[in-house]
Formats: sequence, structure tokens, C-alpha cells
Amino acid sequence: MRFLSLVLVNLRRHRLRALIGVAGIGFGVAAMLTILGIVNGAIGMFERILSTDSHYLVLEKNVSDLFFSAVRDEETAAIRALPGVASAHPLLFGIVSSPGYPVITCFGVEADDPRLARAEWRAGGRADFGRRPGEIFLGQRAAEFLHARLGETVPVGASALRVAGILKTENGFEDGGVFLPLAAAQALFHRAGVSSVVAVTLHDRTAGAEFKRAVETAHPGLIALENREFNQSYHSFRILKTTAWAVGLCAFLLGGLGVANTMLLSVFSRIREIAVLRVCGFSERQVAALIFGEAVLVAAAGLALGFALGAAVLAVLPQVPQFQGYVQAEVRPAVMAGIVLTALVTAVCGAIYPARFAARIQPAEALRYE
Amino acid sequence: MSDAAELLVTARDLWKAYDDGRVPVLQGASLDVRAGEVVALWGASGSGKSTLLHLLGGLDLPDRGDLRVCGLDPRAEADRLELRRRHLGFVFQLHNLIPDLTVAENLRVPALAVDRPRAETSARLERLAGEVGIAHRLGHRIQDLSGGERQRVAICRALMNAPRLLLADEPTGSLDEETGDLVFTLLRELAARDGIAVVLATHERRFAEACDRRLRVRAGKVSQA
Repeated sequence: MRFLSLVLVNLRRHRLRALIGVAGIGFGVAAMLTILGIVNGAIGMFERILSTDSHYLVLEKNVSDLFFSAVRDEETAAIRALPGVASAHPLLFGIVSSPGYPVITCFGVEADDPRLARAEWRAGGRADFGRRPGEIFLGQRAAEFLHARLGETVPVGASALRVAGILKTENGFEDGGVFLPLAAAQALFHRAGVSSVVAVTLHDRTAGAEFKRAVETAHPGLIALENREFNQSYHSFRILKTTAWAVGLCAFLLGGLGVANTMLLSVFSRIREIAVLRVCGFSERQVAALIFGEAVLVAAAGLALGFALGAAVLAVLPQVPQFQGYVQAEVRPAVMAGIVLTALVTAVCGAIYPARFAARIQPAEALRYE
Repeated sequence: MSDAAELLVTARDLWKAYDDGRVPVLQGASLDVRAGEVVALWGASGSGKSTLLHLLGGLDLPDRGDLRVCGLDPRAEADRLELRRRHLGFVFQLHNLIPDLTVAENLRVPALAVDRPRAETSARLERLAGEVGIAHRLGHRIQDLSGGERQRVAICRALMNAPRLLLADEPTGSLDEETGDLVFTLLRELAARDGIAVVLATHERRFAEACDRRLRVRAGKVSQA
């Protein structure tokens, strides 16, 4: 028998109690994996919308959210004319609603926008984009949940727009959203002459610093950020990530209490046995290691359960029509490592008091304990 | 036992009380135990025999008095650990084996504490199990053993780390007369063969008289019986 066997024996002895601890950690892991997977997926999708074939994003300085950013058309033209700029594509974000679907992301773009060029057109074609007024172009998933086909009209806000094209994109936000010509989107959202952001591609990416300086000197109200810079500094992403970790940690806190309860009951139910171990020469540290070992094993089993549960949830959620394709989970290795670390820390923290209690059991007193 | 034999226990004027001094148990108990001798602590229930054994084994601390066991001071944590790991073996009235473990697993517990090599532990375990007659029970769980078998396993466990001193607290107290005799005889034989000193707390005169030396424990004091 090895030390680990002694740990396993106790978990086997109180299977139900151990399973409750495993379930506590498992649900914490699953919750954190699901929430972070969804949030990171959403952020990733949003990042890809912005970074499509571009090196830099130009937006209004100090704006709290991209939806409130305003880059005037003449500023876009000026940026386009800057030396070194290969292309500059304005993009206006908005939210439209349709009966039963109060939030549908709308992208106001120009006809030569790379995301239209890259899309797989299921009906209609890019050549039709912006040719006639009163037309809308749907992402494939949006077309599915709106039950709309080419040539039909769909109610959008107070208007009814004719579906002139249906396009399939890899990005969940785009696929579950709708596209309007920039001018039509500006009119719909009462934002005449402005876009939210301009995606800029440079001839030579290494000349980025010069470009950045040129933009910010000529247009003091604007800021040019490299995609990576933008992703790290954008407040909404940071708030989303922080919220996701906070909610996940709350789930873990409950799991930690479960482990503490499991370990405490485990210690209380075998005070005499722990005293015998002390009599047999176990040090306080060895007794504590026994309890921590149990907690770590509970956490390991909880991690396995939680990852399986979380993966199942993340596999099912994108298929739920109500999510409109907005769920495109993304689980990064750093997130996995963070979850593993959190689970282990939670379990170990939950075991601190029980381990301390067990280590301090006085053999003579405990042997009299019935 | 020769006076030249090494002095394993020197206890002088040991005092111990419980409940904040309201329940005095030991009141100036003194004794010596030499290597290889079997000493009985004989007395009625509640006379302080078990408390004295607990002090000798470092399971409890005296309120005052001088105590050395195998050259170590049981009042110091490091010495207590060393005593339990290398010098002492304990046998209790209730076997205090770990349920849900097999006999063999129970016997390996003391070796786990000192991280002894597995092969060495296995060899000793098999030899001791054969000597106390439980070799055929090594794979069984404690729940499946009779009272006498459990106590033999407990003796075996106490001897696993080759102690110099065995502290036995009423080891026959929960057994019928015949099984009690067998267990006592076994204890004596093993101790004599390996030169282990035994301090045996008992309230039964016949066992006390069968020891090398009999000490009477009465009203918290120890005297030659």
C-alpha cells in the first residue's frame, strides 16, 4: 500500500460524500468553461469582424463602446488618401429588431467590403449589394431564424425590406446578422455621414507607427489601433472577460464550500482513525497531506466531470435556434489552465481548515473519542 | 532482568490532571523500565494506568515531572515523532485497526509513516504475520476477523517498525479468557525473542503475575507490588 492508496480508501469508503464534492467542483468547472467559452467565442467573433483583412482600426478616441463611435465620411476619405494606405473600409454597427428577435446585429458596409467578397453567397450575389434601395442582405443563420427567402420582405424595425441576398460567413455574429449598404444603415440608424470604425490595410505593415501618427495628428478626435492593441484595450471586452471570470469564480466558491464540507465531514467521521495514524508515526504534515490529497483527488475528478459537462453544453448551445448563431465557443489553452488552477486552488483552500483540524488531533484525547 | 540492561524509561514524579486540574489522575508516579523486561502496570479501572502509558508513549503530556523514553523527551514534538516512528509500538484494548483496509494494508501503515522501502516492509510483514498466525488472513478486511485475530494484527502492526518498547493498554481486556491467554503468551514470546521491553497495563492479576515485574498503580502513584 502506498500513501495514495490510503487517500483513495477514504474516498471509496464515503462514495456519496466524495461524489458530492466532485459534483461541486464539476459544476464550477462546467460553469466556468461554458461562460468563458461563450464569452471568449463572442469576443473572438467580434475581433474577427473588426480585423477582417485589415491591419489597423480607426475609431473615435475615448469612446465607451464601438456602437457610439463616429468616424465621419470625410475623415474616412482622408484616411483612405493617406500615403501607405492600401484600403480603408468603413463599418457602421447597429442593432435592428424583427418580430420575435429584438436584437439582430446589423453591419453597414460598402459594396467592396472584404467580408462580402469572402462570403459564400447562397442566394443573390455581391453584384446586387447596394444597387437598389430598400434591400437587405441576410446572414444564412439570420435567414433561417427569420424564415426569409430571396425576394421576400422582412420586417426590420418600422420598415419592411426586401431580401436581396443570403450569404454564408464563418463568423457567428455575421452569419446571424444582417448587412445593409452603408448609406442605408446610416439612414436607418439616424447616423448620417458616419461609420463606427474604419478597417485599414497598409501596403507595408511595418509602417504602422507612421500611419498611426498621421491619423492622430490630422484627426485629433480619432485613434488608430493595431488589431491586437484594440483587443487588449477595448473596455467592453475587458468588462466581458472580467464578468465571466467573476461569475465562474462564484460558481467555484460554491464548489469550494462543497469540498470544505466533504473534507470536514471526512475528518470528523474518523477522528479515532487519524489518532491511530499519529500513534503509528504519522506527522502532522503527513496527516494534513492525507486530507489535501483527498481534496486534490476530488478536484481532479471534478475537473474531468466539469470538462466533460462543459464540452457537452458548448457542443449543444450553438444548435439552439434562440441563440441565433451567436454562440461560437472558443476555449483557449490559457483558459483551460486557468480553470485547472482555479479548481485545484479552490479544493486546496476548502481543505485548509479540515487539514489543520486533522493535523492537530491529540491522539490520547481522540482515542477516548467514541 | 539484569540491572546492567539499558534503562529505556525513566519517569520521575509525574503528575497529570484533567478538566483544568479538577480531576487528578497521576500524583507523583515514578518508574524505570529496562531493555527487554516485561513490566505490568496493575491496578483497578481509573487508577491511572492508561494515562501513565499515554505519557510514556508521548500521546499525552505530563503536567509536571521528568520523563525520558529511549533517550528522548516525549514533551518535544520532534522527539515524540521519533519515538512513535522508531522506538515504540502500541497495542490498545480496542484493536484500533483501520476498517476498510485489509490486514496487510493495516500492517503497512507504520511503514508508510517512515517511508520504508516496500520490499523490506513486505518481508517483515510476511514474517510477523506468520509468527502471530495471521498469514492466511493478510488479504482479508478487518471486519471479517474475529476479536482475537484483530488483536494479533494489532500486535503485528505494533512490531512493524521494530520497536524497542511495546506499550500495551489492556490488550486482553476485550477478549474471552482463552483468547486473552493466547494473545498474552504471544506478546511475551515475541518480546522475549526480539528483546523488546513491554509495559503492560492490566487489571487482571494473572497477567500481572506472569510479567517480569509487577507495579501497582493506585491513587495516581506507582509502587512495587
